[in-house]
Amino acid sequence: MKVSLFATCLTDTFLPRVGVAMVRLLRHLGCEVDFPRGQTCCGQPQFNSGFHGEALDLAAGLIEALAASDVVVSPSASCVAMICEYYEQLFSEEAEMLAKARALAGKTHEVSDFLTGILQADFSTLPLRAAGKVTYHFACHGRGLGLEAETTVDLIQKIDGIEYVPLANQEQCCGFGGTFAVKMAPISDGLVADKVACIVATGADTVVVNDGGCWINIAGYCHRQGIAVRFVHIVELLAEALGLMEPAAEGRA
Amino acid sequence: MIHPGHDYPQAIAKALDDASLQKILATYLPQRCERTRQGVEALGDPEAFRDLAKQIKDYSIAHLDEMLEELAEQFEARGGVVHWARDAAEARQVITDIARQHGCRRCIKTKSMVTEEIELNPALEAAGVVALETDLGEFIVQLAEDRPSHIVTPMIHITRQKVGRLFQEKLGADYTESPEALTQIARRYLRDKFQQADLGITGANFAVAQTGTLCLITNEGNGRMVTALPRVHIALMGMEKVIPRTVDLAVMLKLFTRSAMGSPITVYTNLITGPRQPGQLDGPEHLHLVLLDNGRSRLLSGPYADTLDCLRCGACLNVCPVYRKIGGHAYGSVYTGPIGVAVTPVLMPEDPATQVMPDLCTLCGACLEACPVKIDIPRNLIGLRQESVAKKKVPWVYRLLMPTWAWFYRRPGRYRFSQRWGRRLLCLLARKGWVRWLPGLGAKWTASRDLPLPASKTFSDLWDESDGTLT
Repeated sequence: MKVSLFATCLTDTFLPRVGVAMVRLLRHLGCEVDFPRGQTCCGQPQFNSGFHGEALDLAAGLIEALAASDVVVSPSASCVAMICEYYEQLFSEEAEMLAKARALAGKTHEVSDFLTGILQADFSTLPLRAAGKVTYHFACHGRGLGLEAETTVDLIQKIDGIEYVPLANQEQCCGFGGTFAVKMAPISDGLVADKVACIVATGADTVVVNDGGCWINIAGYCHRQGIAVRFVHIVELLAEALGLMEPAAEGRA
Repeated sequence: MIHPGHDYPQAIAKALDDASLQKILATYLPQRCERTRQGVEALGDPEAFRDLAKQIKDYSIAHLDEMLEELAEQFEARGGVVHWARDAAEARQVITDIARQHGCRRCIKTKSMVTEEIELNPALEAAGVVALETDLGEFIVQLAEDRPSHIVTPMIHITRQKVGRLFQEKLGADYTESPEALTQIARRYLRDKFQQADLGITGANFAVAQTGTLCLITNEGNGRMVTALPRVHIALMGMEKVIPRTVDLAVMLKLFTRSAMGSPITVYTNLITGPRQPGQLDGPEHLHLVLLDNGRSRLLSGPYADTLDCLRCGACLNVCPVYRKIGGHAYGSVYTGPIGVAVTPVLMPEDPATQVMPDLCTLCGACLEACPVKIDIPRNLIGLRQESVAKKKVPWVYRLLMPTWAWFYRRPGRYRFSQRWGRRLLCLLARKGWVRWLPGLGAKWTASRDLPLPASKTFSDLWDESDGTLT
């Protein structure tokens, strides 16, 4: 299968290792992967704060950059949700762009959904080995796409040698919410503190977080508090477990 | 509707510092959510129920004028009187006029958010009518001269120790912390009041157009007492609460009680059709229904009409991470939580507090997932935020930041430029790959978190350098 990578601006800038893991994993599973270089950002931060003109501009750029792709796969559910749920609204008044937006929405997938739902890779037949105690934070935007925590939990549990520990309040928001973290900083601080307390309570050394926004928030808080926990995207954990990359101290190249 | 002079930063800080409140929210809400989740799952096909309920409500809202006419016709055919109140002031006037007309002085009330919305109790008092709340939670809130903090369980923020002290102080009871004993104290006190009252005021959970029936559900039986004992009963209802047929009520009730508290049914379900009829043993001599607009027609004609589907079950409050952190009072409105911040800005657009409300949300979508009628609150809040931007009511720093950011990100060349130079600037502030302090808006981030440095090589760099092989 030929797929194009939509890396997302957060992954490109802060978490390139997630991109590397994803590409290596997809290629290992038999996909041809390209990376359309015209891509930048889906426009979500602008859209969520009400700057729809600016969001529309960025969205138009992304639609153009990915126009030639058959299938688009992204590591971030929130960016995929932006494309699949909100581009329709952004372009509702422009028939031509609306058609293109719908076309993009129809072919774009979040990576865990792509691996299990579309590629239907059978991970139970692959030699997945790793060590450590792992827990999982369900990033909010998965909801809108109909993603379920079980999908990633299943993948984690297929890795031999991993001890999976469920996270209390797994699906509760970590408090990032984009500009919310700054606009409502005291509430955001309270929420991230609660999330980290739940993480610490699991005793896990590794937390799977499939979203750059959640990561920047939770990892940033942990670092300030001196809590030494490793954060990875599920594709990184799988790539490491398959020997496609060395386990790293932090989820970054 | 909105608490006068509400100071958001202060109210939020107070809530976050309130250890008792934090403990209550962290303990009870996840438990309640688990119960409601199980209750809704037990329906067998919860999605089918939600879709059906949404259809019923959407139909009702789309045909609101016809349905209200049918409701009024049926209601009056059975001896009730219907009044139409354009706004809160008119509703207060109508209700106090009815009380005066019938010479009522002692009023008992069930829990009704809409009576809070129109600030009814002070108006009754000014008209010489003593109004007593009979829902246990509202009774306690009233005794404490406090405000409700949750749509369904108004006193969730009050501990039983506090109730014990309150009953001791205000009712002369012996101090106890036992919920059973406290309930018995309230019961004995309220018993007399039920019998002495000459006016009962309620809201209505639903009104059925087909038969002119009001549906009122309670767990405590106060609904029964308030609507059967006094000689006058006035029901105040938001006009959006009407549904077409009795059979639709079955769907709504099943979903409502499970979504609210996880129960298959409440202890009491009252179906009120007309005042006391000849030969009946109880019921009021006079039954009045006041239908309230108060901005709902503005909602009806706008892009947020789906919020009129709201059943007031409180499910969205229970799952909301923001509500779980700050509780109900900090929202500053009678309607709190997700539904509160979605409707209040449309019902009261001129109040400055409504500028802040749509920001009390992380857009996590838990509310939409929990809502029995699938109201897309996140989408509505984004719409409200867009309106604020269009009206230039957003602080200048965002009006500068967002377009500038978008300008840089619009083209790959500029985007890469901003990545490189952004990193170089942050490097000046960073130690060992992390930034501990940022100026301006950034300081709000770094108050409790570090910011990681962008990677020294972006993913795009790695791709280019390896010709896409990434080996």
